[in-house]
Amino acid sequence: MRKKSKAVRYNKWGYIFLLPFILVYIVFQLIPMFTTIYNSFYENYMSGLTQIGPNFVGMENYKNLFMQGDIWTYTKNTLVLWILCFVPQIILSLLLGAWFSDTRLNLKGQRFFKTVIYLPNLIMASAFSMLFFTLFSDGGPINSLLMQIGFIDEPYRFLSNTGSARGLIAFMNCLMWFGNTTILLMAGMMGIDTSLFEAAEVDGATSTQVFFKITLPLLRPILVYVMVTSLIGGLQLFDVPQILTNGTGDPMRSTMTLIMFLNKHLFSKNYGMAGALSVLLFIITAALSLLIFKVTGNDKRKG
Amino acid sequence: MLSEHNELKKGLGLHTRRIIAYIVLIAVSFLCLFWFYILFINATRSNGELQSGFTALPSGNLLTNWKNLLHGTLPVWNGLINSLVISGCCAVLCVYFSTMTAYAIHVYDFALKKFIYPFILMIMMIPTQVTALGFIKLVDRMKLENSFIPLIVPAVAAPVTFFYMKQYMESTLPLSLVEAARIDGSGEFHTFNMIVLPLMKPAIAVQAIFTFVSNWNNYFTPALILHDDKKKTLPILIAQLRAADWLKFDMGQVYVMIAFSIFPVIIVYLLLSRYIVQGVALGSVKG
Repeated sequence: MRKKSKAVRYNKWGYIFLLPFILVYIVFQLIPMFTTIYNSFYENYMSGLTQIGPNFVGMENYKNLFMQGDIWTYTKNTLVLWILCFVPQIILSLLLGAWFSDTRLNLKGQRFFKTVIYLPNLIMASAFSMLFFTLFSDGGPINSLLMQIGFIDEPYRFLSNTGSARGLIAFMNCLMWFGNTTILLMAGMMGIDTSLFEAAEVDGATSTQVFFKITLPLLRPILVYVMVTSLIGGLQLFDVPQILTNGTGDPMRSTMTLIMFLNKHLFSKNYGMAGALSVLLFIITAALSLLIFKVTGNDKRKG
Repeated sequence: MLSEHNELKKGLGLHTRRIIAYIVLIAVSFLCLFWFYILFINATRSNGELQSGFTALPSGNLLTNWKNLLHGTLPVWNGLINSLVISGCCAVLCVYFSTMTAYAIHVYDFALKKFIYPFILMIMMIPTQVTALGFIKLVDRMKLENSFIPLIVPAVAAPVTFFYMKQYMESTLPLSLVEAARIDGSGEFHTFNMIVLPLMKPAIAVQAIFTFVSNWNNYFTPALILHDDKKKTLPILIAQLRAADWLKFDMGQVYVMIAFSIFPVIIVYLLLSRYIVQGVALGSVKG
């Protein structure tokens, strides 16, 4: 009896220690979230120097968002950029992860390679993007290099062509994230019971067979996790295209992402549309998060 | 016969596969490092040299470029100090309070725990951008524009860091230790500060670095809050450099500015890389 009351006395400390987190979360996350949702139902923008609204307009902002059509272009851009980045990234990461965790292959210098491939992840995305902007500009070092070795005769305008502009953005993102993905996948591969590999070896399976028949199926939960988190990250794509194109999404708005669109509304103080767009993004991310929650939650092996 | 054949194939395969692995790894490493090498080379060259084409060898104008940049219009030192202050404060607040939150969930048994723990896991993935609108309005109403407070204080509630700390605690902090401290008459707060925090040092170091770096690199939120030139952080200055009519710019200065934002992080990373790479792998278990 006495012991129990003592435990209860201690347990109030649980609330005390939680207080800072809860308070700050409510003030800086929860309240802004409600304000965002609230604003999405109001007409509220600057027309020239006159402030319009805020007037309650119901679902009008959402209707405008979908009817104006820009959102479809920007969603498509964002997805294209994500796919261009994710596909090479996951292939490379699986390959490197399999090699790093393969004890028979026994690669030397692993620490060096891991250090190097993780490095770009910590680089300031805006500075990295600015660097690529200067390197790949029409008179920049890459063009001079390509001309000096006789690969091209006149400068290739990387930033004025849709394909190369998107390619550069995807390349930068891929470079920044494949190291991280490799390390995650490798940790997953290390967690697989080694007796399975030994049994496969005894049965004479080739390394390709081992990879596709054992590693990949057992890795599925982590693969889903990596893919969904990458998609959530891809939807937030902002720094790299924003700096590379100076916020214009050029050429022809082909690199304008959803968050760049949001940023534009926020800067022009078009709060109604910004709100509707935020709510839409929130719903998509929440759905994707639930998916992760389900996938990792059901996986007892890692429990 | 069959097994012999298999042996042979495997033996050859292993050797070739190793060579392929090394070639790919070296190519990938080259792709990762090449850009920073050119950045370094270009930062040492004068504007005239830069216009004349590409070389792989450094020149001697690094200091001149640096001096020109400092005497230019960009408030570089302010940017550096602002970035350092914001990232440093965020790192400290974030790791301290995330550990505290993890401790609350790990050690105590209270009624709301069943609700709060899954709740924090649920909100972990919500990006800050989707609440940015409400955030700006809040900052506006609190009259905190151009202040560092709205950039620093939210670091207290960091679900990802919390989750990492919770995972780490599960493997390193036995409840019997807390019990023992209680019997010795240590208060709860004292136990947390004097016994638990030192025990968590490796996790704290890793997360402090991650929080510092992500705030150092953050562009979206600071750009919405900080408008005063003297308050801007390095990523905002980089964006400003991009928005300026850059062809008129001395390219040597541009490269030095980029190098100035990138190389401090690279140096710290190289010194601590072992812990960082390990930390990423640790945090991945069940993400």
